[in-house]
Amino acid sequence: MATTDTEVKELIKREYEHGFVTEIESDTFEPGLNEDVIRRLSELKQEPEFMLEWRLKAYRRWLEMDEPEWAHVDFPKVDYNSISYYSAPKRPEDMPQSLDEVDPELLRTYEKLGIPLHERAKLAGVAVDAVFDSVSVATTFKEPLEKAGVIFCPISEAVQKYPELVKKYLGSVVPAGDNYFAALNSAVFSDGSFVYIPKGVRCPMELSTYFRINAANTGQFERTLIIAEEGSYVSYLEGCTAPMRDENQLHAAVVELVILDDAQIKYSTVQNWYPGDENGKGGIYNFVTKRAACIGKNAKVSWTQVETGSAITWKYPSCVLRGDNSVGEFYSVALTHNYQQADTGTKMIHLGKNTKSTIISKGISAGRSSNAYRGLVKFGPGADGARNFTQCDSLLIGDRCGAHTFPYIESRNKSAIVEHEATTSKVSDEQMFLCRQRGIDPEQAVSMIVNGFCKEVFKELPMEFAVEAGKLLEVSLEGSVG
Amino acid sequence: MLSIKNLHASVNGEEILKGINLEVKAGEVHAIMGPNGSGKSTLSQVLAGNETFEVTAGEVTLNGDNLLDLATEERAREGVFLAFQYPVEIPGVSNLQFLRTAVNAMRKHRGEEEMNAAEFMKLAKEVSKQVDLDPAFLKRGVNEGFSGGEKKRNEIMQALLLQPKLAILDETDSGLDIDALQVVSNGVNALRADDRAILMVTHYQRLLNHIVPDYVHVLAGGKIVKSGGRELALELEERGYGWLGIKDEDTSN
Repeated sequence: MATTDTEVKELIKREYEHGFVTEIESDTFEPGLNEDVIRRLSELKQEPEFMLEWRLKAYRRWLEMDEPEWAHVDFPKVDYNSISYYSAPKRPEDMPQSLDEVDPELLRTYEKLGIPLHERAKLAGVAVDAVFDSVSVATTFKEPLEKAGVIFCPISEAVQKYPELVKKYLGSVVPAGDNYFAALNSAVFSDGSFVYIPKGVRCPMELSTYFRINAANTGQFERTLIIAEEGSYVSYLEGCTAPMRDENQLHAAVVELVILDDAQIKYSTVQNWYPGDENGKGGIYNFVTKRAACIGKNAKVSWTQVETGSAITWKYPSCVLRGDNSVGEFYSVALTHNYQQADTGTKMIHLGKNTKSTIISKGISAGRSSNAYRGLVKFGPGADGARNFTQCDSLLIGDRCGAHTFPYIESRNKSAIVEHEATTSKVSDEQMFLCRQRGIDPEQAVSMIVNGFCKEVFKELPMEFAVEAGKLLEVSLEGSVG
Repeated sequence: MLSIKNLHASVNGEEILKGINLEVKAGEVHAIMGPNGSGKSTLSQVLAGNETFEVTAGEVTLNGDNLLDLATEERAREGVFLAFQYPVEIPGVSNLQFLRTAVNAMRKHRGEEEMNAAEFMKLAKEVSKQVDLDPAFLKRGVNEGFSGGEKKRNEIMQALLLQPKLAILDETDSGLDIDALQVVSNGVNALRADDRAILMVTHYQRLLNHIVPDYVHVLAGGKIVKSGGRELALELEERGYGWLGIKDEDTSN
């Protein structure tokens, strides 16, 4: 996609000629959370009654719950009444008017990551570009999807257009009362994506580029629901390698995947939220609940994640393997630097016969960061012949960081088989000396060594994205040597 | 080309090199011999810029440039190459990627265009044949699961790829059987050139039957105690180090 500067300008100009108009809501809620706030939120989104009821029920559950404290992270208490639960999109005149007004440091990072020129402005929040994106990109991708019968829209739109599907599946994998943050999300979710792949359909494209453009500004309580009907397939890519800046400190998202007989969902994430500065100031708290339910037989799900951002990450993409012969996979790279803290891993719940799961987790710690893997592998009484393979590797850079592994295994079936391997290694002085002696820059050397360490996970990412993920690690590791 | 004057270096406060003086001209091959603990490996590491060692006095220049002012990678780009005695493994990083990164770092430094994957693959395959390595090894992790002999051949292959001005070979013969020694020696002989200096560090003289040096120096107690021609190595083989007044714990040769 060789888009030149002039082409972009041309396109922007054209959209203006077409008289594109965006309705901008003008109000932002006062900070604080109560039932009235939820009613107003639901009304503003023109939601059907069932949705409001659902939100209120979740809110009431949330009030009775306590914030979890078991994770290996440390942060001051969040004041939930200091957060505004609805904030109107920024008006174009309040946004930077061109890339010249954007922090040059941010632009430098985009360039290093190889983000296409026409996406940089959008990611940096430049006003004009939003117009360009929403029309040109969306229409290019929407047509083939519609042809295949794939539904791909904001979840707020799905609530109105496909209430039956939403009613049936929303909260079916992550119930509103599942955990503290899931309950909060259920009560106040802002927006997110809805995907429905009909029976036997192989989604004609990776739901990625499109999403990258549209994912911005979905808010701090994102909600995603993906349903793969019998025999269907979809590869979904969430997030973006570009650094995402956001004024909201708390992010509590929920992602639910529903996979029926013989269907498959491949869900890849790159998370690069603002991690705070080198002194540990600022940064996003990313508390996410992601879960897939393989409810049909021979269903398959794979989670692949590359996590480099956020001040605090609390995230365990899980697989409930209910259908016989269903398969769950989890491939993860979590990198922490400076004062970042990550407690991440997965849960594999084997319920059906001959269910299989694989966990490959790579944790990289640099600076003064702390990186923990936490994983649960559970076999129910009916999980005859089920098996799991887990491999957890930690890599330390420097001597002030920490890596921890907390594996939990619960088996209620004698025929289940579990294998667990774990290693901890360091980027050694000898490795660095070898690389530098061959003329390679110290930073490039670290990034090459780290990339080698992550290879097993990167090969699970869509090709183009694997390259970007490699570059992302390089950028994220800047300043970790010397 | 290489000029070392009164070089002193220590590690953890203990002085290992106690005043090394050495001149190596382009086109020459010098062998540094000496018993264990004499400072041979330290000299190689210090020249290449290993930061574990602290240079406390002296001067080292390469074609007039002060090497000691340069970081490890800068020295490498100026043409200093060290073939390691114990090459370290880098799991998951393919040899091909590692070598291409290194070659391109050098090319970039010289203001040349970087090589793309296909061009480099072709070059690497050719060079790997010179040291009798199956091109399939290019896809394996750097030194990962390599035998001792493969590691040493890999080091020489890197020298052939990078075409340094000064090649320092640290105990390149150790742990090689006679066939592997022949292959490695052929590689080193292929490196000999009028515009290149080679510094060979070795405990044993057998390597020098294959790679005939122009000069031989004996290092003991952190100093060069004797220098001579090829015949000095033969004399050492016959008489050991004792006649030079040096104690050698390892007399197994």
